[in-house]
Amino acid sequence: MPRRTDLKKILLIGSGPIVIGQACEFDYSGTQACKVLREEGYQVILINSNPATIMTDPEFADRTYIEPLTPEMVEKVIEQEKPDAILPTLGGQTGLNLAMALSQRGVLEKHNVEMLGATAESINMAEDRSLFKEAMARIGLDLPRSANCRSANDATAFADSAGFPLVVRPSFTLGGSGGGIAYNQEELTEMVSYGVSLSPVGEALVEESVIGWKEFELEVMRDNADNVVIVCSIENFDPMGVHTGDSITVAPAQTLTDREYQRLRNAAIDVIREIGVETGGSNVQFAIDPETGRLVIIEMNPRVSRSSALASKATGFPIAKIAAKLAVGYTLDEIPNDITRKTPASFEPTIDYVVAKIPRWAFEKFSEADSTLTTKMKSVGETMAIGRTFKEAIQKAVRSLEIGRYGLGADGQDDIDHNELVKMLSRPNPDRLFYVREALARGMDIAEVHRLTNIDEWFLDQLAQLVEAAQGVAGRSLADIDAVTFKELKRLGFSDIQLAHLFSSSEDQVRAARKGLGVIPTYLSVDTCAAEFEAYTPYFYSSYETESEVKQSDKRKVMVLGSGPNRIGQGIEFDYCCVHASFALREEGIESIMVNCNPETVSTDYDTSDRLYFEPLVFEDVMNIIEQEDPDGVIVQFGGQTPLKLAEQLEDAGVKILGTSPDSIDLAEDRKRFGAVLDDLGIAQAPGGTATTFKEAAKIASRVGYPVLVRPSYVLGGRAMEIVYNADMLEHYMKTAIDASPDRPVLIDRFLEDAIEVDVDAIYDGTHMLIGGIMEHIEEAGIHSGDSACVIPAHTISEDLKTQIRTQTRALAEGLGVHGLINIQFAIKGTDLYILEANPRASRTVPFVSKATGVPMAKVAAKVMVGRSLEELGLLEGRMTEVEGVADATRSMGDYIAIKEAVLPFNKFPEEDTTLGPEMKSTGEVMGIDTDFGHAFAKAEASAGASLPTSGTCFLSVTDRDKAAIVPIAKSLRELGFSLVATRGTAKALEEAGIRAKPLKKVQEGRPNVLDLIKDKEVSLIVNTPMGRGPRSDGYQIRTAAVVYGVPSITTLSGAAQAVKGIEATIHRDFSVGCLQGYHAEPPKVPAGSPSS
Amino acid sequence: MRAILALEDGTYFEGESFGASGESSGEMVFNTSMSGYQEIITDPSYAGQIVAMTYPHIGNYGVNESDNESESTAMRGLVVRELSRVYSNYRANGSLSDFLSANGIIGIQGVDTRFLTKHIRSKGAMKAYLSTTDSNPQSVIKKAQGSPGLVGVDLVNTVTKTEPYEFGKREDPFKDMAPLPDECPPGNCHDVVVMDFGAKGNIVRSLEHVGCRGSVVPASTTAEQILAMKPAGVMLSNGPGDPEAVTYAIDEIRKLLGKVPIFGICLGHQLLSLALGGSTFKLKFGHRGGNQPVKDLATGKIQITSQNHGFAVDPGSLAHSAAHGPIKVTHINLNDDTVEGIACEDIPAFSVQYHPEASPGPHDSLFIFTQFVNLMDESAGISQLGASV
Repeated sequence: MPRRTDLKKILLIGSGPIVIGQACEFDYSGTQACKVLREEGYQVILINSNPATIMTDPEFADRTYIEPLTPEMVEKVIEQEKPDAILPTLGGQTGLNLAMALSQRGVLEKHNVEMLGATAESINMAEDRSLFKEAMARIGLDLPRSANCRSANDATAFADSAGFPLVVRPSFTLGGSGGGIAYNQEELTEMVSYGVSLSPVGEALVEESVIGWKEFELEVMRDNADNVVIVCSIENFDPMGVHTGDSITVAPAQTLTDREYQRLRNAAIDVIREIGVETGGSNVQFAIDPETGRLVIIEMNPRVSRSSALASKATGFPIAKIAAKLAVGYTLDEIPNDITRKTPASFEPTIDYVVAKIPRWAFEKFSEADSTLTTKMKSVGETMAIGRTFKEAIQKAVRSLEIGRYGLGADGQDDIDHNELVKMLSRPNPDRLFYVREALARGMDIAEVHRLTNIDEWFLDQLAQLVEAAQGVAGRSLADIDAVTFKELKRLGFSDIQLAHLFSSSEDQVRAARKGLGVIPTYLSVDTCAAEFEAYTPYFYSSYETESEVKQSDKRKVMVLGSGPNRIGQGIEFDYCCVHASFALREEGIESIMVNCNPETVSTDYDTSDRLYFEPLVFEDVMNIIEQEDPDGVIVQFGGQTPLKLAEQLEDAGVKILGTSPDSIDLAEDRKRFGAVLDDLGIAQAPGGTATTFKEAAKIASRVGYPVLVRPSYVLGGRAMEIVYNADMLEHYMKTAIDASPDRPVLIDRFLEDAIEVDVDAIYDGTHMLIGGIMEHIEEAGIHSGDSACVIPAHTISEDLKTQIRTQTRALAEGLGVHGLINIQFAIKGTDLYILEANPRASRTVPFVSKATGVPMAKVAAKVMVGRSLEELGLLEGRMTEVEGVADATRSMGDYIAIKEAVLPFNKFPEEDTTLGPEMKSTGEVMGIDTDFGHAFAKAEASAGASLPTSGTCFLSVTDRDKAAIVPIAKSLRELGFSLVATRGTAKALEEAGIRAKPLKKVQEGRPNVLDLIKDKEVSLIVNTPMGRGPRSDGYQIRTAAVVYGVPSITTLSGAAQAVKGIEATIHRDFSVGCLQGYHAEPPKVPAGSPSS
Repeated sequence: MRAILALEDGTYFEGESFGASGESSGEMVFNTSMSGYQEIITDPSYAGQIVAMTYPHIGNYGVNESDNESESTAMRGLVVRELSRVYSNYRANGSLSDFLSANGIIGIQGVDTRFLTKHIRSKGAMKAYLSTTDSNPQSVIKKAQGSPGLVGVDLVNTVTKTEPYEFGKREDPFKDMAPLPDECPPGNCHDVVVMDFGAKGNIVRSLEHVGCRGSVVPASTTAEQILAMKPAGVMLSNGPGDPEAVTYAIDEIRKLLGKVPIFGICLGHQLLSLALGGSTFKLKFGHRGGNQPVKDLATGKIQITSQNHGFAVDPGSLAHSAAHGPIKVTHINLNDDTVEGIACEDIPAFSVQYHPEASPGPHDSLFIFTQFVNLMDESAGISQLGASV
């Protein structure tokens, strides 16, 4: 059937901010959908609160709404746009839940909006455990025995008959949030109570444990003619009991006979038909008892998922793109396979390589969080690698992780106590793969490792082969290794660094020897068909085989190095920038070559660049591709620290780094050199110094005065950054928090208390500068900029200071020799401006600035880096400022305000304190945009999942330091109609100021206390500034309870003051929605060419 | 032990041997299935062929007692990137290497099977030679060049059973395979004669699954002998090699046309087409895998099919049979538009090029066996009607 002509306008719902369980894979799927639908001639209306996505770039949809993903706001968009249909299956669980809410509220019916892909009934059948169970029974599929529980008592009754362990799965929560495995009654009671509270429908499923069973997933697609294909099978290395998002997974399935595989295939097809997903992709998860072969179905997602992104990248079959086409009426046989061109999409990809995915966790950021892996997802990112064998793939995946390992072991980094080893094998944890390897290396037999881990013996044998190969050559001399042995080792995936360790040599020597012997990688195509047909799509992976399949190109070409797996501090924002670099190169007629290893991203879509290499971002693999491609230059400034770390080594190897030179980057990062530049330029910096010992540190601290901000050099995301108030704390920090060394000194700066922090993103082309925006942080300096909300245009900073900021930004860019992007953080204390740091690279705020102002900063920067000037790109006109040669994109902004807010993962780590500090903890961001500050702020908060209340009771508890400043905030809240409750000290302070607040007991003072009020949902807003951290403090218990019970909790006074503005604004006027294209088209607030004084 | 695989065009691969040792010649083909090596190895249709598996890890789940497609193995050699040194599966009772040894099949591993596949894809299927005893590549290449090849050779007589045997006495062989995509009709037995050109076990099991019983007879069985058994239908099985070389079977099938409902699979489909006056041609490198899209032209529906054939029916040769009326192409392969199924409009006979019995491969087309049952029912109705007039 051809495309539907009865539809004109389609609403697409995005998935919102990056959170654990829902990451940039939905930007990948949504971007594909936007592209497809527009190519097909439909008008696309998009709503997504996440500005760091490619899909929210204004050219990807006809009307782009960066608005909170709440049913109310989507309804407003529907009222305004009157779309014919809504496509809910490409925006993750968020998109699906929203569509369901709209359907249940009758909004879709009222506005005559059709749901494409799946009907509300189908979605409900897949998501509601009891309906799902009934559906599976109808088609003869088994589920683990289970009971729906609405209380701990229900669960206890089921446990009496089913026994322990039991798995708890709250209904309708993201990434299995709130779920877990209960081994005893106490755990069961706790988990079920928590799960029921998290579940939007107040229900949790308690089921028979299938822990240790084999786990498989199938990606299924169906069209409206009822054709069904399986895109990919996935086998989990980690057996049942670990959330699939936290499992190492492998494609295709390795240990199933065809008969068993076809059983899964038949079941998956029956499931998609019975659930009634009409068109599009679904994901079906199975468990198989390894002893008997008993098959049970675990769940199905009636939408594209994290696994479908992985399956798309693993096979070259673009699930989301095809799903979008199917949704508008095409059938699978009408859609060509892009890769082979000659064959249709109505087939099942077959692959002749192995794909391994390893999750990446961030437990180093969450000291209180439990790192045991369970059915609740905890990882923040993932990496994928392709090899001709599992061994090659898993080693490449490990080195893609960027955790300082360059393969599986053989790097001298495994120093583990035996008892610890056994414990860590039986407890699933982020490092289990390494423990397994170590156990095998120490001679533990495969059967024993299997007994402890339940990992299939086939996988264990593969790892054992790696151990044996390494032991077989360890201690030999590099000179003795012949080409055959070298090639064998490379085919096993060993990196040059591992081999250097084994041969007591260096990476450079190994590389030279290897190349001398002619052992160089070949690049093979990801072609969907195991070479049965010729592939046209240039998507490659390396392996040591017979011949490369890359067609040589003589065109001008530039390589873009991506940002690797998502982690806290380096997320989708950097992928966004890399994608823009590719777009810019394409517009400039230059071939783009992308290198990345993150399967969730838009950058690893084979459509994004002229050639895609799915490879680890380490020197060896990157340099190999450079030698294959011989690009005219490499862009390292867009992918965060990952490519930046390689810059010097690449330059030393003769590679041309485009834009700002590695030396200039070092100039900015090396404390001493940077200080000299600042001195030359006469730019003020908070006093400080560098130290490698406590003694040196203490000397600096006493010179500059406490509190001081301490941090290691060369880090992103404020890793191990702390504010230290006295010498004891400093000593503790220097001794325990980090390994300082002469190469890696600790930076110690005077901490500027109560200063306003400002972020600036700018592009310098050597002549002119374009400032994207001066962003004013809501939270004071000392809170990591990634965790702080910020505003464009800066709303409290004087014009005079703005001029100083512009002047210094330009001077610094010039002084550092920047060519391209630079990000500078300033602190304003009173009327004084201090520079905190300068980063001559793309920053986390680039996408936000671009969305706020309409100037695509990353794309412009990439063009500047390949030789274009800002002037010829026409970006200066109407934006010039009072500072010579400096333009500011906010000059062309209309009369609106954009606010970025951070999204924090505390609901996934309920044990973790929620206070903010210099160490970044957020996983994502949202943007609120409106014509006034209050509404923009309230929208940003709503998007971040903490909708500000407009009535109710506010609980106040602030540290003594804040007791004066809380008064006006409390007064405003009272005037807005809130009742106040407060801890005694705070209540007293308020009473003295004439504000009535009911005093309340602290947690240790008996009951009822604030925790009871939170649990009873009698509090609608919490303002709690920290008086101490750690699990025993009162504040900690309050803040964690707030997370569990979903009460907005503000931990800074500056945040509270802005929240009051937001509340006030929403009380006075209800939200309205506006699209980005409309905002960007608004005439500038300041008329062009008339710089204000 | 080292082994050499040489192709007639002078290309050769060195690798490590597994399974049996010795020497063997055959046509070099590749199969893109990611699972099902045991079924492939025991499929008689691979007689005369050396098969490269494109999936790099082979042997992972060992072999088991119930997944054989025949009691013997006809394949001439197995080429893999990497043989698994262990096997892991609850049904496994032995390793692939031991299984190949026991069945006299030479295996070679360590071959860049992707390179080999691309070579065959561009140059076409060709003669090959596999040796674990001759270490001189040039000599092995010469042996490849001197080997007989497939075209014009009757390989059916090397794999057909010499004695007939009965089937259909057992309970449903698929009962442990639920869920299947297709309901099986209860009871209502049909007597079917299966002409064994190298039949896969799952053809017989699929017939049993839809309630058929009867005999599997040697390829040389005459039409008279078959009609004397008064079957409700005749199944023309799959089998190896060049269909045009199996002239004796074509002649006998021609005599069956119009007298009894006929259903052909793979070689059986080609033989039916030849019996109807059509012709076949050799494909450049064939279709071998479990992911081939086939469109049913009557319904427009797509089935993902299991295929294994090097020859195809020429659609231009088949529009009309002087003796039996119009013939229509019912199925096509969406990858290359070749014929995947035909049906006679005036007589009860139809066939498919792909393998509805799967094994290995998707079960999407198992319902075709039910169509055969329906055809037998309709024909019985018609003949009863004819008898009563």
